[in-house]
Amino acid sequence: MQFRRTALVAALSVVALTAAACGDDAEDSAAEPTVAEAPEFEAGTTMAEIAEAGTLRVGTKFDQPGFGLENLEGEVEGFDVEVAKIIAGALGIAPEDIEWVQTPSSVREDVIEGDEVDMVVATYTINDKRKERISFAGPYYEAGQQIMVASDNDEIDGPESLKENPDAKVCSVTGSTPAEQIKQYLASPDQLTLFDEYSQCADSLRNGQVDAVTTDNVILLGFVSESDGAFKLVGEQFTQEPYGIGITKGDVAFCEFINDTLQENEDAYIEAWESTAGEVEGTETPELPEPAPCA
Amino acid sequence: MSSEQQAVLYDAQGPRARRRTLIGTVVAVLALLGLAYVVYRRLDEQGQFSMEEWGPLIDPGNEAFDAVWRLIGEGIVNTLKAAALAMVLSIVLGTLIAVARLSLGRIGRIPLIGLIEIFRGLPVVVLVFIGVRVLPDVGVDLSGLPGGQVLWGLVIGLTVYNMVIFAEIVRAGVASLPRGQREAALATGLTNWQTMRIVLLPQAFRTMLPAIISQLIVVLKDTSLVTFIANYDELLSQGESIQRNLGNPIQTFTVLALLYIAINYCLGRLAQYIERRQARAGRSTPEPAETAGLAPGAAPVGGGA
Amino acid sequence: MSPVFDNIDQFVDGFLTSLEIILWALAGALPLGVLIAACRVSPIPPLRAFGTFWVTTFRNTPLTVVLFFCAFGFPELGINRSFFFFGVLGLVLYTSAFVCEAVRSGINSVPAGQAEAARSIGLNFTQGLRYVVLPQALRTVVPPLGSVLIAMMKNSAVVGAFGVGGDLWSTGASLTSAQGYPTFPVYVGGVAVGYLIITLTAGALLQLLERKVAIAR
Repeated sequence: MQFRRTALVAALSVVALTAAACGDDAEDSAAEPTVAEAPEFEAGTTMAEIAEAGTLRVGTKFDQPGFGLENLEGEVEGFDVEVAKIIAGALGIAPEDIEWVQTPSSVREDVIEGDEVDMVVATYTINDKRKERISFAGPYYEAGQQIMVASDNDEIDGPESLKENPDAKVCSVTGSTPAEQIKQYLASPDQLTLFDEYSQCADSLRNGQVDAVTTDNVILLGFVSESDGAFKLVGEQFTQEPYGIGITKGDVAFCEFINDTLQENEDAYIEAWESTAGEVEGTETPELPEPAPCA
Repeated sequence: MSSEQQAVLYDAQGPRARRRTLIGTVVAVLALLGLAYVVYRRLDEQGQFSMEEWGPLIDPGNEAFDAVWRLIGEGIVNTLKAAALAMVLSIVLGTLIAVARLSLGRIGRIPLIGLIEIFRGLPVVVLVFIGVRVLPDVGVDLSGLPGGQVLWGLVIGLTVYNMVIFAEIVRAGVASLPRGQREAALATGLTNWQTMRIVLLPQAFRTMLPAIISQLIVVLKDTSLVTFIANYDELLSQGESIQRNLGNPIQTFTVLALLYIAINYCLGRLAQYIERRQARAGRSTPEPAETAGLAPGAAPVGGGA
Repeated sequence: MSPVFDNIDQFVDGFLTSLEIILWALAGALPLGVLIAACRVSPIPPLRAFGTFWVTTFRNTPLTVVLFFCAFGFPELGINRSFFFFGVLGLVLYTSAFVCEAVRSGINSVPAGQAEAARSIGLNFTQGLRYVVLPQALRTVVPPLGSVLIAMMKNSAVVGAFGVGGDLWSTGASLTSAQGYPTFPVYVGGVAVGYLIITLTAGALLQLLERKVAIAR
């Protein structure tokens, strides 16, 4: 499987590597977000505490190309990372003062409840079950679940055709929302193959072990673009996955502050997209979604 | 140890048998080479031998080489750290359990045996999961310890699994000592505990050393299970991170496999060397019949993943 | 414990899948391990070398790495089978090295005079092994072989992470991380209990067997 010589990942990491190799300290192409000089916050708010501490603890993924991926130098890169930097900037915190905490899907509520992070920006879908434990700011991006197949596959053209082809295997990640949601489209549970990471699903699609991969469209687009035409997306997005920023439950002031910050920095937001996940062919630069009311 | 034993299984080969062996060898080697060639061709067609995939791992001039090997180096250190901590803790706790089991009465040791059976019956990956993820969920906070919560969760999972195995090794080791040792020690006026500590355990440990080292190999390999559970930068996790960035899983995992084999092979040789030296020293080697339960080291060797 | 009872059907399914993995792996690892052990003690040097290579490789590599090569390496060679097949295959390859060592240590425990006597009455290598050495080796082999096989049953949990799915371990992962059940009851009350049922039963059977072969002595 000429492995995903990832257009995206390679582009990102090579930039970082060459920069390091040349002894050049220039950061990668993402523009540095503006950092507010000594902003004033009402005492007792989360913002005041963070500004006081001078550091922001952000939970993100370390293994999600385009959104949050740790490169070989140990830095995280991606859209989620850039969004977090915008918010940090408004709090008067420079990117290098952000403490990145790896938060895979399964621990995101835990780290917020346990006050191990100030916020989680980690392809985090807003839903009611999660709202029982934490609050969301945003959404800052609207994704949707879709299906990816090999380019020469004409049999599968959407989730519905999985039932018609009971031999077709579809791959997703253990314990993820897409894996649960695809189950209703399957003729039998044996059709579902689960791995730890989407890259393993993509490898299995390439070498013929599975017939389809399903998860949020943006993640799939990354694989399509680096596959040199071997993969394609089929069918419509069949779910809506608004990504939000997870914060402590009931922290309305912080939620509103995050929403306002994003609204005020739409240029930086677009810049953040285009320098990361937006580099993948076939993606559209999103418009910042209308924020949901904070509660 | 086995060469003399093997030699008695068959006669020295005569000319005909030697010729047959030679022909068989040539055929087998040719068949293996043929198979290797087919595998090579298939992999080559897939571009698996391109320097694009291998360069970062083997070419010092490659721009990613330094970063890759720095990650691997850190991975080895973290793997050894977790393995060493788990090993020391399991030996200490295992010895305590064994001593408790040997000194408690018939009834008193029943709960202890139950505990041993339960911990021995669980997959180590489940125990590591419980250490890393379930303990914090039920309010056990390990994050204050040096090294962080995941390291200690991993160490706890591995320790719980291995301490009961050590308890069994120690028990078998003490049981293999001649009865006279204990009787003589008691006769000189030592208490039960002193007998155990000064006379029995030191001798038992000598015979157990090879089994302890084999178990270290198991512990070392089992550290890699944490990859499925949480983020701890041991060798396998670092490999995952490397291939995520470079997109060369087959190549990265080949290098990882070779590293694991090299480290564990050295440990295995060390165990063999010590075993042989003890066999020469003679005195403390237990009788063959008693070795059966202990030396095939197999209880330990079989454990873990 | 209600998360367990609410999803008891999933746990039962997971238990059966795990059991299925274990039975297939047993059926593969035992004969393969004995075969490799025969190689390791055989008169033909290349076979001995092969046996040693096999054991060194599979005993010193973590099961996770072996499984990785099965699930992602074979398809590279154009061999496409189900992940269940590859998972069981990985477990078989890994376990065969330990089975081999247990059997070999048993062969070594048979007094040399036995093998010499077998040779002196004209038995060749295969016959001597088959009729004289192995039957006697069996009783010393049973305890270590038993613990190797029980270890294999526990190791079957790792197979679940390589695309197999539906076994006890994956059931736990799916209930906790996707459906949001708390980890403690699911893992301690469900997954752990499932494995204990398998391993404790196997342990009891093993003891019966040990007692049986011990009488033969």
